[in-house]
Amino acid sequence: MNWQEFFAMGGYGFYVWVSYGVCTVVLILLIVYPVQQRKRLLRQLALKQKRIQS
Amino acid sequence: MSIIPAPVSRFFHRMASPPIFYAFVDKLIPWLSLIFIGLTGAGLYLGLFVAPADYQQGDSYRIIYIHVPAAWMSLFIYVLMAICGGIALIWRMKLAEVMMVSSAPIGAGFTFIALVTGSLWGKPMWGTWWVWDARLTSELILLFLYLGAISLYGAIEDRRTASRAVAILVIVGVVNIPIIHYSVQWWNTLHQGPTVAKAGKPSIHISMLIPLLLMATAFKFHYAIAVLQAAKVEILKREQNTQWVKKLIEENA
Repeated sequence: MNWQEFFAMGGYGFYVWVSYGVCTVVLILLIVYPVQQRKRLLRQLALKQKRIQS
Repeated sequence: MSIIPAPVSRFFHRMASPPIFYAFVDKLIPWLSLIFIGLTGAGLYLGLFVAPADYQQGDSYRIIYIHVPAAWMSLFIYVLMAICGGIALIWRMKLAEVMMVSSAPIGAGFTFIALVTGSLWGKPMWGTWWVWDARLTSELILLFLYLGAISLYGAIEDRRTASRAVAILVIVGVVNIPIIHYSVQWWNTLHQGPTVAKAGKPSIHISMLIPLLLMATAFKFHYAIAVLQAAKVEILKREQNTQWVKKLIEENA
């Protein structure tokens, strides 16, 4: 089997790869979003703390 | 005498403390990620390269390796949320509230994946993106239940009151879960019946079953990672005025 055949998925390439693409994007977002959120929150809290101390 | 062994109950008592839970999660996540990557790699390799094409559906059936695990997750996470909701209502346990509200976006994400991949699989096989049949409609209601839980939580200022409201909503919505599961048996539908979770032998060849189960397990680990990351944020928000969070911020700065 060559790569071209693999990506063609017997003519169903579009449906298969859009499915896997959507899945990948959602799975990544579900982890990246809370990580970003935590970083942002920690920055905000650090700023607040500095303001109180000074 | 308790039926739960002492070390187990001690573990749960310790985990109920937010700083201990937070530190434990930090140590756990790299291991969960490693297992997730390993399982996904094996599952995709066996599912996309090794497993043969389906004799009726050709290669389009390969959507099964994400569609079915995502659909299972959409039910699994909802039941977990309902259990957490029950614990939160009865014992007022904060960690159960945190796990419940942190699970909602992930459940919505998996439900969304199940619906979209189902649609992309339905188009070439059934000739339509969508039908208003029992299985698809009840799964769409599940998505709205998740979204309802998220917006209800966002609508109430006090996090503990909001958690209790969400818990009630989620527990009431549990009726939808058996409806989704049995919909393909109770009603006539385009959606195919169960191939794995049924009495007797699964009607799927072992070379296709193994990658399916690998992906299903991988998704469980993905959920564990995602829910713990979300729980960390939720705990920080709730505990931002406590001493241990202040110390954590100083160490970070």
